[in-house]
Amino acid sequence: MGLRIIVCAKQVPDTNEIKINPKTGTLIREGVPSILNHDDANALEEALRIKDRYPDTHITVVTMGPPQAKDMLIECLAKGADEAVLASDRALGGSDTWATSNAIAAAIQKLGEYDIIFAGRQAIDGDTAQVGPQIAEKLGLPQVTYVQDFQLEEDLKTITVKRALEDGYEVIRLKTPCMLTTIKELNKPRYMHIAGIYQACAADIPTWNAADLNVDPDKEVGLDASPTNVFRSFTPLPKGKGQMIEGDCEKDIGQQLIIRLKSKHII
Amino acid sequence: MAIVVVKDKCRGCKLCIKACPFDAIIMEDKLAFITEKCTACGQCIEACPFEAIINTQEIKEVDLSDYKNIWVFAEQRKGKLMNVALELIGEGYRLAREISEDTKVCAVLVGQDIEHLVNECYAYGADQVYLIQDELLRNYTTDGYTKVITDAVKTYKPEIVVYGATHIGRDLAPRVAARLNTGLTADCTRLDVDINSYIKYAAENTTLDVSTLDPKDTSKGLKQTRPAFGGNLMATIICPRTRPQMSTVRPGVMQKKEYNPEACGELIEITPAIGEKDIRTEILEIVKSTKEIVSLTDAKIICSGGRGLGEACGFDLIKEFADKVGGVVGASRAAVDSGWIDHANQVGQTGTTVKPNIYFACGISGAIQHLAGMQTSDIIVAINKDPDAPIFEVADYGIVGDLYKVIPEIIGAWDQAEQLYDQSTK
Repeated sequence: MGLRIIVCAKQVPDTNEIKINPKTGTLIREGVPSILNHDDANALEEALRIKDRYPDTHITVVTMGPPQAKDMLIECLAKGADEAVLASDRALGGSDTWATSNAIAAAIQKLGEYDIIFAGRQAIDGDTAQVGPQIAEKLGLPQVTYVQDFQLEEDLKTITVKRALEDGYEVIRLKTPCMLTTIKELNKPRYMHIAGIYQACAADIPTWNAADLNVDPDKEVGLDASPTNVFRSFTPLPKGKGQMIEGDCEKDIGQQLIIRLKSKHII
Repeated sequence: MAIVVVKDKCRGCKLCIKACPFDAIIMEDKLAFITEKCTACGQCIEACPFEAIINTQEIKEVDLSDYKNIWVFAEQRKGKLMNVALELIGEGYRLAREISEDTKVCAVLVGQDIEHLVNECYAYGADQVYLIQDELLRNYTTDGYTKVITDAVKTYKPEIVVYGATHIGRDLAPRVAARLNTGLTADCTRLDVDINSYIKYAAENTTLDVSTLDPKDTSKGLKQTRPAFGGNLMATIICPRTRPQMSTVRPGVMQKKEYNPEACGELIEITPAIGEKDIRTEILEIVKSTKEIVSLTDAKIICSGGRGLGEACGFDLIKEFADKVGGVVGASRAAVDSGWIDHANQVGQTGTTVKPNIYFACGISGAIQHLAGMQTSDIIVAINKDPDAPIFEVADYGIVGDLYKVIPEIIGAWDQAEQLYDQSTK
C-alpha cells in the first residue's frame, strides 16, 4: 500500500474579477468565474508530485460546498487525483471556520487511514487561514502552515519542510500523519490533460450530507452551531474622487503635483 | 435553517439575488430560494424591501460572566517584541476601558529568557503580564504554544484574546480556538465593544444604515470588523455564546500607546506543564532572509509599481523614486505574480496593509484587492495611462500619463518644492 494523501480544496469566486459599481456601491458579480482556490491548487500539485515519484500513492480531494463544487472536483481529478468527495447539505450552510472544520474532519475520518493532508493556506473569498489548522486540531495532528518547500524522506514517514516567515523561513521536521498548508511559492500547478478530463467527467463523485458525515446540525455544523455570527455586513465608503492634475508637459505636471503636496503641508 | 425566505411576503422582485455576494439565491416558483451557498452574511436581509428574508437564528443567553479581562498574545521572536504586540496592547487598553473601570489589559509573554520584555509591556499600557517560560518554548512551535496558552486561558478565563495576524499568530490562534471550542475572527481591522463607538465608525466610514443599531444597547460583546470577499465587503463578526472571544488583528492598523517608562503593573508567572513529547515538530533551523527588509507597515511614504510598468526593470525607476523621496518600494499583486518583485513588497488584501502619509500608485489599475490594503493612506497619488482606471476613484491626486516620463519629472522637482511653491504663490 502506497501513501494515502488527502487534499482539502475549495471552489471560490475569482475575487480578482469582481468590480464595484461606483454609482450604487454594490458588487458586480455577473461573469465572475468559480475557480479552484489558488493555494489549494498548490496543495494538489504537491500531492501529484509525490504520486509522480511514487505511483502507488492514492490522492483523495475533499471539499465542502454547494453541488456546483463538483466542477472543481472534476478539475482536480483531471489533473491526476484518484478520488474526490463532496460534503454538501443545506444543514452545513452558514458554517464558520470552527463548524466547517468539524464537517471536513468528519469527512476525512470517514475516508479512513491517511498519511499526509495538504490544504491551501487560505481561500481568497474568506482569507481566514483558519480551517486547515482547525481540521488538524480536530484530528489531533501536528501541523505546519505556510509551507514553501517540501521534502519526503525515503522512509515515507519523515517530512522536512520550509515554513515561510515574514523575514525568512524555518526548517521543520515532522512525522506522518500530519497537516501541511501550502502557499504559492511551493510549486507551479500543472494543467489538466485531455485524457484526464475525459476520465474525470465520467468519474463517480460521492456527495455526503450531514447524516453521512455523522455530524449534528445543532451542535457541530451549520450556522446555529457556529460560535461566530455575522453581526452586520456592509461595503466600505468609497473615498471621494480627488483632483486630476493636468499640464502642458510631464515637467509641468510633475511640478504641479509637488506644488500641491507642498501647499497642503504634505511634504 | 437560519436565513430563510418568508414565502407569503416575497414578491419575487429579485433584489436579493442582486445583493447576494455569494450567488446563493435562486428563483424557485417565482419566489426567492436560498441555496447551500449561503454564508449568512445578511446582505439580502437589508436589500429586501418587503422584509421577506429573516434570520431565524436565536441568540441564546449564556452565562459568560466568569470571563474577565483582555489578553494580548505579546508575540516575541528572539527576545524582541513584535510591533503588532505593542499596537494590540494599546488597542486592548482602549477596549478594556470601554468594558469597565476594572477590566485589565494583560500581555501574555511566552518564550524563554524574556523577563526583560515585561517592563516594555507595562510601558506600552499593559496592566498585567502573564509570563510563561520554559526551554521548550524558546522558539515558537504550534504544539507547545497552543498547549500553554490553552491551559492558561482555562485557568484564568479572559473575556477577549487578541493575536497579531502574523505567520505565527495565524498558525496559533485557530489551533487555540479549536481546542477551546470558541470563535475566532481573522485579520480584523477594527474592534469595538461600546455600541456608540461602533455606530460612529460605521456612520463615518461605511455604507451601513446605522439606524438599525440601538445606541442604548449595553451589550459588552466584541464587534470584530474585517474585510471579506477580497475586500469587496466588510463584515462585523460577533461571538455571542462562547468565551473567550478571539481575534487576529492585522499589523499596522491599531495605535500603540505612548511609551511611558515609569509605568508598572502586576506580574503573574506561570510554570507551564509541558514536556518534550508534547511537541511533535522539530525546528532544525531558523533562517533570516538576506534580502532587503521591507518595512511597508512603518513607511511614511510608499512608491508602488504595478502591471503598468510593463517589465521587471520598471522597478529600477520605482526604486530610484523611493530613494529620492525617502520611501519604501511597494507592489501590486499583478507585479508580484509576474515575478518582477518579491512578495514581501506586496500591498493589498493578500499582502501588507499600509497607511503611509503618501502612497504613490504607479501603473497600478486599482484592483479591489489592492485598494483594500492601501485606501486608508493619508494621501494617494495615482499615475496611470488609462483615465478610467479604478485607482483614480480613490486618488487624492491623479495623473493620466506615461509613468516613465512623469516620475522622472517628480523626482526632478522634489528638491525644489520650496522654490516651486513660493513661485506659484506670487
